[in-house]
Amino acid sequence: MSYIGDIINGSKTLLTGMSITGNYFFKNLFTRKDVITQLYPDNMNELKMFDRFKGEVIMFHDENNQHKCDACTNCEIICPNGSIEIVWERVADPETGKNKKVLLNHIYHLEMCTMCGLCIEVCPADAIGWGQDFHHVTRDRADLTKVLNKPGSSIMPGVKEKK
Amino acid sequence: MMNLTIISEWLSHYIAAEVAFYAELIVIAVIYLSVFALLGLFLVWLERRVAGFFQLRLGPNRVGPMGLFQTLADALKLVSKELTGTSKADKFLYKLAPYFVIITALMAIAVLPFSGELQAFDVNIGLFFISSVSSISVIGIFLAGWASNNKYSLIGGMRTGIQMISYELSVGMVVVTMATLAGTLQLSELVALQKDGWFIFTGHVPAFIAFAIFIIAGTAESNRTPFDLVEAESELGAGYHTEYSGMNFAYYFLAEFVNMFIISAVAVVIFFGGWLSPFGITDNIPYVGVFWFLFKTMAVVFLMMWFRWTFPRLRIDQLLTLEWKYLIPINMVNIVLMALLVWLGLTF
Ligand code: SF4
Ligand code: SF4
Repeated sequence: MSYIGDIINGSKTLLTGMSITGNYFFKNLFTRKDVITQLYPDNMNELKMFDRFKGEVIMFHDENNQHKCDACTNCEIICPNGSIEIVWERVADPETGKNKKVLLNHIYHLEMCTMCGLCIEVCPADAIGWGQDFHHVTRDRADLTKVLNKPGSSIMPGVKEKK
Repeated sequence: MMNLTIISEWLSHYIAAEVAFYAELIVIAVIYLSVFALLGLFLVWLERRVAGFFQLRLGPNRVGPMGLFQTLADALKLVSKELTGTSKADKFLYKLAPYFVIITALMAIAVLPFSGELQAFDVNIGLFFISSVSSISVIGIFLAGWASNNKYSLIGGMRTGIQMISYELSVGMVVVTMATLAGTLQLSELVALQKDGWFIFTGHVPAFIAFAIFIIAGTAESNRTPFDLVEAESELGAGYHTEYSGMNFAYYFLAEFVNMFIISAVAVVIFFGGWLSPFGITDNIPYVGVFWFLFKTMAVVFLMMWFRWTFPRLRIDQLLTLEWKYLIPINMVNIVLMALLVWLGLTF
């Protein structure tokens, strides 16, 4: 009869749910292994944020202080808050003699950024990405305006210029 | 029955006997009130901590050891808050409503046998007293919903009417089932009868079914998830207490937790032998029963918390289907089954 079947099936599914949550509870009670809570100020020094945490936008540099940004300004155009300013100039390529865009400053206004991630998604060269630092507290707004390319850095050879 | 009379005996050395009697009442009332407040605070802490563990978090862990004082801090915050209200509220009923809820919870706690010696009020219709007193709290919730003059409060209040009145029936029928087995409604006697075996064992099959129904209906009675349609944060703001703030809100909040404690305590008394220790290991030592009583009650409370952090909320029609199409018919059959077993002497 489906009436009794319903009751048995219902109890069985409820018990399945309870066994799953109970499993979590007792594992946490005894081992604390899977606890995701970070006891923040206490573990300030050893705290490592998760890979997907959005702390700020950073530009990747390799060991030769070279980045991949060819100043295409895609990120500047797409940013809904106007948090990015690309300052660039045209320099003649020594080999071909053609004029080429060269990045001077990739200016990033952290104070206006909503961490939407559009700039990172749109970047054709994957030059920028998420940094995990979240200690942004400061007394001066100007401290939050950052230049993402490191001083003296240059573009990696092999990054093609886009038309 | 009431060994707390030592208080009045001790007092009567100093003041007249009649005065001592009233002084005793006041002393006991103060003790119960503080126990009540502490219990509420402790249960809120327990709920948060348990919820944390269920969700792979830690729960409160900063204020005091293991976050124990977190709820105390919250209570202080609530006490210091302004009591607000809507301008079109029915002022008198609006102010009155929380007291219905809190006072009925207090009254129910008075008859609980914490141990053989520690029971303030051992009335011979104890179980009946608890279920009738706690059904008054529906009025408090109704009043709150009506007097707030807020649509969410009103919907919450009306849902209470549907839910609590339906599920009270189940609780009542479970009480009848167990009274059939025990032959008494007096809480101290119920416990004494379980000296040779808790009712959940002596009543075996029907007692177990009764316990299952009781814990479901009890969860619904105390308005806890998965039966929290009355508050239903995601639909109704906060349900019937949307418009309450400060201490008035805290009364509802505390009463919910104390009601959960009372439901669990009743379950312990009618199924798990009250303050009796397992196999009678400490039954001869006075006052140790308090430990066993609280221990068992906390186990049942934990079961209810386990429900809360596992099951999703029911829809109102599902809630009523569960009660009227499943619990009530099963309950009726169960009473007959229990009566048969008692009649044929098939209980242990
Ligand atoms: S994350 Fe969004 S808001 Fe921030 S800089 Fe990039 S595009 Fe602008
Ligand atoms: S960071 Fe990427 S999108 Fe922005 S200018 Fe450089 S290459 Fe273009």
